[in-house]
Amino acid sequence: MELSTRFEPKIVGFLCKWCAYTGADLAGTSRIKYPPNINPIRVNCSGRVDPTLILKALASGADGVLIAGCHPGDCHYTNGNVKTMRRFKLLQKMLDQFGIEKDRVRLEWVSASEGERYARIVDSMTENIRTLGPLNWKSKIEVVAQ
Amino acid sequence: MAEKIGVYVCHCGTNIGKTVDCKAVADYAKGLPDVVVARDYQYTCSDPGQEMIKKDIRELSLTRVVVASCSPLMHEGTFRRAVGNAGLNPFLFQMANIREQCSWITEDRHLATERAKAIVGAAVMRVAYNEPIEVKKVPVDPNVLIVGGGITGIEAALQLADAGKHVYLVEKEPTIGGYMARFDKTFPTLDCAACILTPKMVFVGQHENIDLLSYSEVIGFQGYVGNFTATVRRKPRYVDEEKCNGCGTCETKCPLSVPSEFECGMGKRKAIYRPFPQAVPSTPVIDREHCLYFTKGVCKVCQKFCPSGAIDFDQKEKVVDLKVGTAILATGFDLFDPSRIKEYGYKRLPNVITSLEFERLTHASGPTGGKILLKNGKAPESVAIVHCVGSRDRNYNEYCSRVCCMYSLKTAHLVHEKTEAKVYEFYIDMRAFGKGYEEFYKRLLEEDVTFIRGRVAEVTDVAQEQSEKGKLVVVAEDTLLGIVRRIPVDMVVLSLGLEPRKDAVQVAHTFSISRSKDGFFLEKHPKLAPVSTAADGVYIAGSCQGPKDIPDSVAQGAAAAANALSLIDRKEVELEPTVALIDEESCSGCKICVGLCPYNAITFDSTKNVAEITVALCKGCGVCVASCPSGAIEQQNFTNRQLLAEVEAICA
Amino acid sequence: MNKAYDKSTRIVCKALDVKISELDDWNCCGASAYMSIDELKSHLLSARNLALAEKEKKDLVVVCPACLTTLNKTNHYMGENPRLKRTIGSALRAANLQYFGTVKVRHLLEVIVNDVGENEIKARVKRSLSGLKVAPYYGCQLTRPFGEIDDKEFPMLLDRLLTWLGVEPVNFPMKAKCCGGMLAMTSEKVGLNLARGLIQNALDNGAEMISTICPLCHMTLEAYQGNVNKLFGTKYNIPILYFTQLIGLAFGFSRKALGINEELIPSQPVLEKYLEVVR
Repeated sequence: MELSTRFEPKIVGFLCKWCAYTGADLAGTSRIKYPPNINPIRVNCSGRVDPTLILKALASGADGVLIAGCHPGDCHYTNGNVKTMRRFKLLQKMLDQFGIEKDRVRLEWVSASEGERYARIVDSMTENIRTLGPLNWKSKIEVVAQ
Repeated sequence: MAEKIGVYVCHCGTNIGKTVDCKAVADYAKGLPDVVVARDYQYTCSDPGQEMIKKDIRELSLTRVVVASCSPLMHEGTFRRAVGNAGLNPFLFQMANIREQCSWITEDRHLATERAKAIVGAAVMRVAYNEPIEVKKVPVDPNVLIVGGGITGIEAALQLADAGKHVYLVEKEPTIGGYMARFDKTFPTLDCAACILTPKMVFVGQHENIDLLSYSEVIGFQGYVGNFTATVRRKPRYVDEEKCNGCGTCETKCPLSVPSEFECGMGKRKAIYRPFPQAVPSTPVIDREHCLYFTKGVCKVCQKFCPSGAIDFDQKEKVVDLKVGTAILATGFDLFDPSRIKEYGYKRLPNVITSLEFERLTHASGPTGGKILLKNGKAPESVAIVHCVGSRDRNYNEYCSRVCCMYSLKTAHLVHEKTEAKVYEFYIDMRAFGKGYEEFYKRLLEEDVTFIRGRVAEVTDVAQEQSEKGKLVVVAEDTLLGIVRRIPVDMVVLSLGLEPRKDAVQVAHTFSISRSKDGFFLEKHPKLAPVSTAADGVYIAGSCQGPKDIPDSVAQGAAAAANALSLIDRKEVELEPTVALIDEESCSGCKICVGLCPYNAITFDSTKNVAEITVALCKGCGVCVASCPSGAIEQQNFTNRQLLAEVEAICA
Repeated sequence: MNKAYDKSTRIVCKALDVKISELDDWNCCGASAYMSIDELKSHLLSARNLALAEKEKKDLVVVCPACLTTLNKTNHYMGENPRLKRTIGSALRAANLQYFGTVKVRHLLEVIVNDVGENEIKARVKRSLSGLKVAPYYGCQLTRPFGEIDDKEFPMLLDRLLTWLGVEPVNFPMKAKCCGGMLAMTSEKVGLNLARGLIQNALDNGAEMISTICPLCHMTLEAYQGNVNKLFGTKYNIPILYFTQLIGLAFGFSRKALGINEELIPSQPVLEKYLEVVR
């Protein structure tokens, strides 16, 4: 059957417990269907997400990483998400140098009432990464080393 | 020493069990490192379910527990308590969400089961690194801050004050009373709003346990549950509240009249004024924008005639800090602006008025002395009432504003009572959900109101035939008859929907609470916790949480008061356990973390050359943890080791 | 009658230095009717025009609000609906075309008022039409459904333009209401009743002429004015001119060049009263 041999992207998600994780829960409570390719890890704030964790995820076999936090201005801890934004910009530059496509690592804002939005983000991310194919971290590092 | 992990995979009836093969997940878990027992169970959160876990802890000497079931936001607390009761530290427990973010989001059994296995695997690998945490307790300040002095805030204040607690009631208008003070009669009993409201306002003004800070706004709110500091800006009235005896002489003598906001601009007030005669406090306020002294440097007649020397043109704004343990937000609503719907002709066509303007017309102390009149001073012979203005409308607000059907019926009744006019009500559905509401609707049906089921398309003055000349023509499809009708009337009353206040965004930021999609304040749980918020110690009540009528507003005010009382009488409250801790040995003194903390919980000790965290101020966001280049800061229960374990397990 | 719109548009654009060129190999947009019959094929018709315009790297300007609506709908919905975008994309590829969504679709009225502006227009007015009372008629599709160009119920673009030409636009509450043109053939009484309401309202407010921005509105109000009179017993005889013809008149161009005097209801009797010399 074609479906069982289709590439299923493995996406790690870091979701902040106040907004994004609650929004993701809402998507489930509302029985909105989306590809189950994301594995959520709950953190208190998206500001907790150390870029090293993201790189570790990619190096350990993830095909993509989603960091989701509160909309700017709505952070439960005032401005944790602003710090996330700053770190993310630098991380993107680094990933670019590794040749890792932009669509693989995304920073999105999802509020506690945006279940539908969360589902759409995961949907589009899964489809985009499915088109890009598996990450193959090792081969990317070898290219850079050369 | 190897851990002994117990894994419990919950079916949650068919919620999880229908899509996820729980037995397979449990079998998979049994094969994971350090797992000594793995069971699947129908309803793990039930008493027998919890007993099963506790029994295993005792008999198998479990050192860690994983429950794979619903969202931790649902039952993390339940299972932590259960684990704690069995003698194991509650933080040696980890929850795996295989419902909201697994079984409910897909119908593919294979994918869902594989996912559940991955999630459980991640939780098992993580829990091995969980450490026991002792939760610190702090005392709760018994004072309460209530923001908003409408009927909701008043109810909450009286309940708490009568219980012996000290309340600070902050209201931004010069008087308490809110919107209810402007209504004439209230549905379904047709009680006079002022008659039932003003006695409560007086109690508030006189209560020894209530500190009323009127004409004031909360501009800052810091701290943590049980220990907040609220910064309040007290705007200058230019009248000394202590000296003023409420005689009203200043108002009579003031030479300047301006449009009155209380009367929706249809009546006048003086530059020194009380919004309405029964205002509490009864101290007037000087309107700086118009007062002749402030604008032109002349007059001062009020000061000349004031018998108690209470006028003080030099009064300054004051900023005060209040120490409270809890806060209740009862900031109310705003009405939809109907000039956004150009088709209804508000402001363009005379005699198209809003429901609130109608209230002022029928009010005995309103601009027309209680007579319903057109702009030309004559009584209308026909009145149309338009439902759902700005509500149930994808172009404006999708939600239903709940109260408009009922107040439209009341409007119809008052028109009948005071005029000979024929009344037409244009509705979509009749929402008469409360006690006595359906009976009130029946009464209006018998009063010979013509109900036309159809959303009004436009109100126009362009006549198509003789009978329409000089009238306002209401155009709507009568969906029950299946024809388009044009009804010429003299007056159109727009039943406006309710919206969040214009400053709801700022208030939400000040108190660190969220708003729902429609902009109203977000409750912790729509069914089970309607007056709490995600921010511990901050409660919401009344129409700031969503449109509602007076009985429900009062109920929520009392509920919020009960919630606050429950917290206060507990005397102690638990501090956030997931705080950040600095390992002095590893700290290199780079100071990167110091400026990042939003609560200023990190300081720098220049003698030891290390950063230090004041644990009581730490709220556990983890931003400093992610920033430390030496890895010297760790977050309790969210250590790098724990998160890495989850990541590695997922990606394996 | 529509030759007049074509002629006057070209002359006015040249005078205002608005560089227009006919889109190469354009096809019919199917206007509003086709979308109710086969939505996808209707989108394809519009998408082809958009793709061709994008190839020439220009904005797409139309003088008909129905074309505007149809083209805009396709533009919008392609942007919102990825599945539609994919389907249209594969259809276009079969014709060796692609569309990346960069084309802006605009109506000439909006281009003249917003891009050219008050000063440039006033500077070119050689002949005063002062005193002429015109009802500015927008029709229903210029501002709906997206409302991006002007206010949905009470637009003002044409009103402003007319004042710059020295003309007096009358207060016209029905200015953005439907003319009934789409129904004139299928449901004559209903359609023409709408036209009747419009003409009556214009006259009630003192208009001596109605100015339009849409060929179908023009036809309905002018060519069918006789039918309106027959059906409803009215005696209307109010001339209808395109807004480009009025601009051309104000700029001093000859009636012949602007296609005036080709109309079914002569505008000469009204214009004579106000124009200095009508050549």
